[in-house]
Amino acid sequence: MDAKIDYLLRQGDNALILSQQLCQLVGKGPALEEDMALSNVALDLLGQTRMWLSYAGELEGQGRDEDRLAFLRDAQDYRSCLLVEQPNGSYADTLTRQFLFDTWHYFLMDGLTRSSDERIREIALKSVKEVTYHLRRSGDLVVRLGDGTDISRAKMQAALDALWMYSGEMFLYDAVDQQMVEQGVAPAVDGLRQQFLGHMAEVLAEATLVMPSPDAWMQRGGKQGRHSERLGFILAEMQFLQRAYPGAVW
Amino acid sequence: MSACAASVEQVWDWLGEVADPEIPVISVVDLGIVRDVRFDNDACVVTITPTYSGCPAMKVIADSVTEALQAHGIEQVRIDSRLSPAWTTDWMSEAGKAALKGYGIAPPVQQAIDISGLHAGIRRRATPQVDCPNCGSPHTQLTSEFGSTPCKALYKCLDCREPFDYFKCH
Repeated sequence: MDAKIDYLLRQGDNALILSQQLCQLVGKGPALEEDMALSNVALDLLGQTRMWLSYAGELEGQGRDEDRLAFLRDAQDYRSCLLVEQPNGSYADTLTRQFLFDTWHYFLMDGLTRSSDERIREIALKSVKEVTYHLRRSGDLVVRLGDGTDISRAKMQAALDALWMYSGEMFLYDAVDQQMVEQGVAPAVDGLRQQFLGHMAEVLAEATLVMPSPDAWMQRGGKQGRHSERLGFILAEMQFLQRAYPGAVW
Repeated sequence: MSACAASVEQVWDWLGEVADPEIPVISVVDLGIVRDVRFDNDACVVTITPTYSGCPAMKVIADSVTEALQAHGIEQVRIDSRLSPAWTTDWMSEAGKAALKGYGIAPPVQQAIDISGLHAGIRRRATPQVDCPNCGSPHTQLTSEFGSTPCKALYKCLDCREPFDYFKCH
């Protein structure tokens, strides 16, 4: 597969799977404000998904639009990182997953606003505005709950410790990433990782949470299509309609 | 020669009467989402840009624009969507901001700055003063980062106690 198509699928799939997971919380948020925030973040991510996947489909040139890419690919064809398929869990888990994702997502989008690919630049310039807001909100809440009560702090620390091993995959550049960096499409990994860790350290310190080691062992494989069992369940629900009624349209 | 009797200016005027589906007091022109109007042979091409990438109103807006122009006798209407430059609240007209306020939605209070590369927006620093659209009091408080739509946040007035929507700077 062309490296750029693969790279676009990674962006689109990350946004899509996280959006789908957040949508499961609509109407179930722990507070009305959080319920609205989660669904609005999910909506932003879904909009971004369309931009990435439609571009991937156009480059591929086989007549697959964003809907076909979203609803008719199996788990092994998904290029999302393992972080986004982690379960919603408790609200500490949901929030920590979001904060880890938002931080990486923000610095990546910022880097992609200087991509050599014009279309990617446009998508990133649109997305980075939304992602800035996502990151401000999730960072804010991490501080409030981390530097909150003993119980909220303990829950946040446990979530952070459990999810940390999924925060490194994005910085393990494979041949696809390398090719994109060489073409000036994607930002280099070193700067991106430093920005990520810098922001983590700043916010987690304010939240009185202990940041796990950046050199800890990290899970990997999602970007290459090796997923946990869980992605299958997410897709089973998301793709049900198109699988059961092929070709159904709105 | 174009078979259309209307001028580009006339089309802009007509579009000025097409209301945003979620905030009906403001037109799609005042909101700043109509970026270009031109004629391509017999077809009128209207270019619009989304406020937020997942904005569910885009389809409705495209349909309303098409309907409005057809009602004015333009048979062929084409809607193009453009991403870049990305929409910003700076494009909202003064008339639009006044209409929002009259409707009970606090308009964006500052110029949206180009955030890319500045990293200023990812931590909460000093928040802008948002005046209550009901009583005008500057004593207001953020209740929720998101309101009834992705483009709004929820505030409350500490004087008149009314909750209200704030159109976020974007």
